[in-house]
Amino acid sequence: MTELTNLTISEARAKLKGREITAVELTDAYLSAIDAANGALNAYVTVTPDKAREMAKASDARLADGKGGPLEGIPLGVKDLFATRDIHTQACSHILDGFKPKYESTVTQNLWNHGAVMLGKLNMDEFAMGSSNESSYYGPSVNPWKAKGSDEKLVPGGSSGGSAAAVAAHLCAGATATDTGGSIRQPAAFTGTVGIKPTYGRCSRWGIVAYASSLDQAGPIARDVRDAAILLKSMASVDTKDTTSVDLPVPDYEASLGQSVKGMKIGIPKEYRIVGMPEEIEKLWQQGVEWLKDAGAEVVEISLPHTKYALPAYYIVAPAEASSNLARYDGVRYGLRVDGKDIADMYEKSRAAGFGKEVQRRIMIGTYVLSAGYYDAYYLKAQKVRTLIKRDFEEAFHAGVDAILAPITPSSAFAIGDKELAADPVKMYLQDVFTVTLNMAGLPGISVPAGLDHKGLPLGLQIIGKPFEEETLFKTAHVIEQAAGKFTPAKWW
Amino acid sequence: MSVDIATVKRVARLSRIAVSEDDLERMTGELNGILGFVELLSEVDVSGVEPMTSVTPITMRKRADAVTDGDKAADIVANAPNSDQNFFLVPKVVE
Repeated sequence: MTELTNLTISEARAKLKGREITAVELTDAYLSAIDAANGALNAYVTVTPDKAREMAKASDARLADGKGGPLEGIPLGVKDLFATRDIHTQACSHILDGFKPKYESTVTQNLWNHGAVMLGKLNMDEFAMGSSNESSYYGPSVNPWKAKGSDEKLVPGGSSGGSAAAVAAHLCAGATATDTGGSIRQPAAFTGTVGIKPTYGRCSRWGIVAYASSLDQAGPIARDVRDAAILLKSMASVDTKDTTSVDLPVPDYEASLGQSVKGMKIGIPKEYRIVGMPEEIEKLWQQGVEWLKDAGAEVVEISLPHTKYALPAYYIVAPAEASSNLARYDGVRYGLRVDGKDIADMYEKSRAAGFGKEVQRRIMIGTYVLSAGYYDAYYLKAQKVRTLIKRDFEEAFHAGVDAILAPITPSSAFAIGDKELAADPVKMYLQDVFTVTLNMAGLPGISVPAGLDHKGLPLGLQIIGKPFEEETLFKTAHVIEQAAGKFTPAKWW
Repeated sequence: MSVDIATVKRVARLSRIAVSEDDLERMTGELNGILGFVELLSEVDVSGVEPMTSVTPITMRKRADAVTDGDKAADIVANAPNSDQNFFLVPKVVE
């Protein structure tokens, strides 16, 4: 018998429904795998074995009655950014020490309503600010992939690094994640997994710890395109508790897999060919073009002239919104409190002790660009640039392009503690150069593994679509997956 | 535009983050690095461009003005570092 943890969601779903395996067996297999691996990978910051077994038992009862939901008995990991009732929810920050919410996020509630089982909370960059998972208060999660012949520990990407590591190492069947500037797609690319950031408004943000509210969007990280489609179908909903949740029915994404891309027009943005882009990334991109052409798609070059301004505009808009969102952490209502001589001193000491360096930097930048005299020069200007970035995409789509193919990352996974990246925050920000444009425009994007580099590390390709056309992304990503195959790391942990 | 140590001190105060004298210099350098990076935007002509307020062209959904939630004081203070009889306790504000 093959190991239960090797089953994809769609495979496990069939076996659970056919009563070949039980949800309790499957959950126990994952709990054992986590036990054995988490010391090395640090993917989970909290494991909830009792809760998991209890949920699995309930799933088995429902399956026995023939009443199983779409995710009945499927064990999932949850990014620490999602509020889970009475369970560790700290955005991997020291400032939320001990926080256990009395409510459940809409996205996780949707998953439990569909029968999923919660294994625990996953590691991430503090408040989702980072591209390497190194800013977590709980220490970095480790990438299950290693370069050929090397023992160096690599980052799983970020901010959803724990989600990506856990999915790649089969420590959960799938995971929730969030993407503000690339936090689903970049870690997916670094770990050979599939990640989709849906259109802004597709998944409810209610109960997700806010970083930059106009950019934050939840989505799944999964082992293959089909599993990502299954998960997004359950995560997405129309939610009256989030005023930006869009009132559109959730389609059956899985049904789009296997549909033809014949006659589709795929745009290749010339501005994404950045100076210093490694030849391997360029080659992979070209390979993606060939695969789609072979499948009958038409490929055209397009121009998105404001691409290079997306990242600098992001580093005004996101910190500005973060400085406002993170004002609530003051040591009064929840989390860490450091006593001071008066209330202002208590705020300042609590926030100094509770926020890590990167979070402090972004709050400071945000406070500065919103402060009197600078608002117009920075924030207003950035919001105008954002309009131009969105317009670029709209014009491309208007000219007949159905989807855009682009790289995800400027490199494969880098080492934990990379000195060059640690010394210069802006260098780390450049990790998001291909991903952040979508968030600025609110568009959906999927990251699909497309090959390995010369070090034997996974690389991904990104497909960008029109608003609420996630189905186009799934069917196109499926074509690439069929051509490229799937990638699993060799077990060393 | 770049910031000096006095400005960083003022921003830290506005951000309600205590910054030690030793850290001020490091932070000033880092913030100037980021501000230098975003300076790239100065070459974009945005005349006549509306600032983005929402990525999706939707009108905000409004609900009826009715009480739909509440009566859960114990839940609200459950995570407070210091509370008493459903009040949050803070250091003395008024002498």
